[in-house]
Amino acid sequence: MTPLLEIKNLKTRFYTQDGVVRAVNDVSYTMDSGEILGVVGESGCGKSVHALSMMQLIPYPPGKITNGEVWLDGQDLLTLNEEEMQKVRGRDIAMIFQDPMTSLNPVFTIGFQITEALLLHNDMTKREAKDRAGELLELVGIPGAKDSLDDFPHQFSGGMRQRAMIAMGLSCEPKLLIADEPTTALDVTIQAQIIDLVKKLQEELGMAIMWITHDLGVVAELAHTINVMYAGSIIETGQIHNIYKETKHPYTIGLLGSLPRLDDAPGTELVSIPGLPPDLLALPEGCPFAARCEYRIEKCLIEKPPLVGINGKDHSVACWRWEEIAGIGSK
Amino acid sequence: MGRDSRDRIKMKAEKKKLVEVRNLKKYFPGTEVSIFQTGNDVKAVDGVSFDVYEQETLGLVGETGCGKTTVGRTMLHLYQPTAGNIIFDGVDLNDLGERELRFARSKMQMIFQDPYASLNPRMTVGSIVGSPLDVHTDQSRKEKRERVQELLDIVGLNPDFVNRYPHEFSGGQRQRIGIARALALNPDFVVCDEPISSLDVSIQAQVVNLLEDLQKKLGLTYLFIAHDLSMVRHISDRMAVMYLGKIVELADRDEIFLNSLHPYTQALMSAVPVPDPDLAETKHRIILDGDIPNPSNPPLGCNFNTRCPLATDVCFIEEPEYREVNDKHWVACHLVK
Repeated sequence: MTPLLEIKNLKTRFYTQDGVVRAVNDVSYTMDSGEILGVVGESGCGKSVHALSMMQLIPYPPGKITNGEVWLDGQDLLTLNEEEMQKVRGRDIAMIFQDPMTSLNPVFTIGFQITEALLLHNDMTKREAKDRAGELLELVGIPGAKDSLDDFPHQFSGGMRQRAMIAMGLSCEPKLLIADEPTTALDVTIQAQIIDLVKKLQEELGMAIMWITHDLGVVAELAHTINVMYAGSIIETGQIHNIYKETKHPYTIGLLGSLPRLDDAPGTELVSIPGLPPDLLALPEGCPFAARCEYRIEKCLIEKPPLVGINGKDHSVACWRWEEIAGIGSK
Repeated sequence: MGRDSRDRIKMKAEKKKLVEVRNLKKYFPGTEVSIFQTGNDVKAVDGVSFDVYEQETLGLVGETGCGKTTVGRTMLHLYQPTAGNIIFDGVDLNDLGERELRFARSKMQMIFQDPYASLNPRMTVGSIVGSPLDVHTDQSRKEKRERVQELLDIVGLNPDFVNRYPHEFSGGQRQRIGIARALALNPDFVVCDEPISSLDVSIQAQVVNLLEDLQKKLGLTYLFIAHDLSMVRHISDRMAVMYLGKIVELADRDEIFLNSLHPYTQALMSAVPVPDPDLAETKHRIILDGDIPNPSNPPLGCNFNTRCPLATDVCFIEEPEYREVNDKHWVACHLVK
C-alpha cells in the first residue's frame, strides 16, 4: 500500500536579522490513511512549522522551505503554485489551530465561516451548504446545531468553539486533518470531551489525523504512531507502544520521566532534563541533544546520528548509543 | 460548618495552622446592562473555608474560572474580600490597617503564572529581586546586592546576572527570578499561582524540583494553584478541588486520588491523560457533558447539578453542606453519606 503522505528531507529556514533559524532539519516520514500520528515536542522543536511547511503556509520572507518533497496521494505539494495549493488546503488537508478564540473571525457567524470552505471547494448552493454546516455542527455535538449557525463566535464557550473549528476542518472530508495543539487552551474535562469526539469521528470517517502537541498524555490516549521532535529533527518515531514501553532515545526517556503520573508512588522525584533546548540560530554540529544528554560521547558532538530503524518500520531512533541505553528507559 | 468539628481537627492536627480561611467570599461587580441596571455580581469565590498548616503544600485545583486564582489573591488581601476572614498566624487580616497589612505581606508572597508578564522588562534582575528589600527593609546598597546575589544562587541562577534584563532569560529562568523575588523577605507562606503552566515539560520538572528543595531548606508553606492534576498530586500534601467558586472536596493527597467522593473530583481525575497507552486503553473515563455555568448566575441547589451524572432531585433544590465525612476528608455533596 502506498502511504497517504510521504515527507522527504523537508528543511525549513527562517532568514532573520540575527541569522538563519534552522527550524526544520531533514524531516522524513510517511503516514498511512486512517492513521493517527502524534507529533510531540517542546516549544520551538519545529512541530508546528513542519506542518505549516506542508501546507505552504510559511510566510516568505523570512521563512523558506529550502529542500524537500511532500507527497500527498501521488502529488508533490511543494511543486504546486499558490492557486493549486488553495485547492488542496481545506479539501485534501485541513488544519485545526491551537487557540479557538483567535482562529475564528469574530465578525462573521459560525455558519458563514463553515459554509465558506464548503462553497469554495464544492459545487453547492448556499442553501445546501448551510444544511451541510448544520449537519456538521450536529456531528461535533453542538446542542441546537441548526440554530447556532447564526451565532457569533463570542456566544460560544471555548470547548464549543473548538468543536466548531473541528466541524470546519471536517467540512470537505479531508484525507488528512492536522490538529495543532487543539486542546492546549482547554480545561481537562473539556479536553476529554474533544479527544473522545475526535476518536469517534476518526472511526466514522476514516481520515488520517496528525495531532501536534507537547502533551505526551494526550497522545497516549489517541495516537497509533508518534514522532518525537527535538530542535527541528525527528529523534524517535514508531508505534505508540514502542515509544512508551521500549523508549530508546535519552530525550524521550527524560521527557517521560519529567511527567508526574497519577499512579506514581508518593515521594518520587521528577527526573528533570538539565539545561535548555539549543538555539536554532546556532545548532551544534553533532546530535542536537548532546549538550543536555548524560550519555554523550565524543562522537555525539561531532556527527549527527541518523534516524535508524531498530524494529523495522515500527520503531526508529536517532542516537549513536541506543543499544547501550536500551532498557534504562522502560519504566 | 460547626465550631466543634473545627476544634476536633485542631486537636488531631499536630502541625500548627498557619493560615485559616473562614467563609471567604469575593464578588466582582457585574457589567452594566443599561444605565439603570447592572448585571449580577460575579461570584468568583462564594464561601470557602480551609486551613493551611505550617510547612505543608496545599494544592488547589479546578478548571478555568472556578475562582482558584481569586482565592490565592484574596488570601494575601490583594483583593479585598467581600466577606469572610483570613487569619494569618493568629492575626485576622481584616483587623489590620494599611501599614500593618503591608508588614504582614512581607511574610506572605506570591509567585505568578506568567513569567513574561510578571517581570518589568525595563528593570534589571537585580532591581526586580531587590525591590521587596527596598520597600520593607532599610538595608544598604551593598547589603541588598549581597542578598540579591545570594537569592539568585539559591534559585540556581548565576549571581553575576544581576545587571541583566528579563528578556535575556528563558521562561524557566524567568520563573526562577520570580521565585527569588518572592523569597527575598524570608516569607512563611507563598502562594504559587500556576507557576509552571506556561513552561515546557522538561523545564516544569526543573522548577517543581526547585520549589520542593526550597520548601525543605527554608521551611516554606505553599498554596499551590494549578489545573494540572498530576503535577499538583506530585507536589501537594493535601488537595482542595474547586468548582464554580466553592470547594467541593478537600482531603489528603492520596485519599483524594484513591478515594475521591465528589462526582466532580472523580470526573476530573478520570479526565487527566496518562502517558501510558496501556493504561489509557483500560482506564474508565467519566466524560462530563457541557460547560461550566456562568459564575454570575450559578444554578440553584448544588452548583454542579447541570453536569453531574448522578444528580437527584434534592441536588436541584438544596445546596449541599461542606462537611467532614471521614477523618480530614471534607466534601460538599448530597450523595455522600
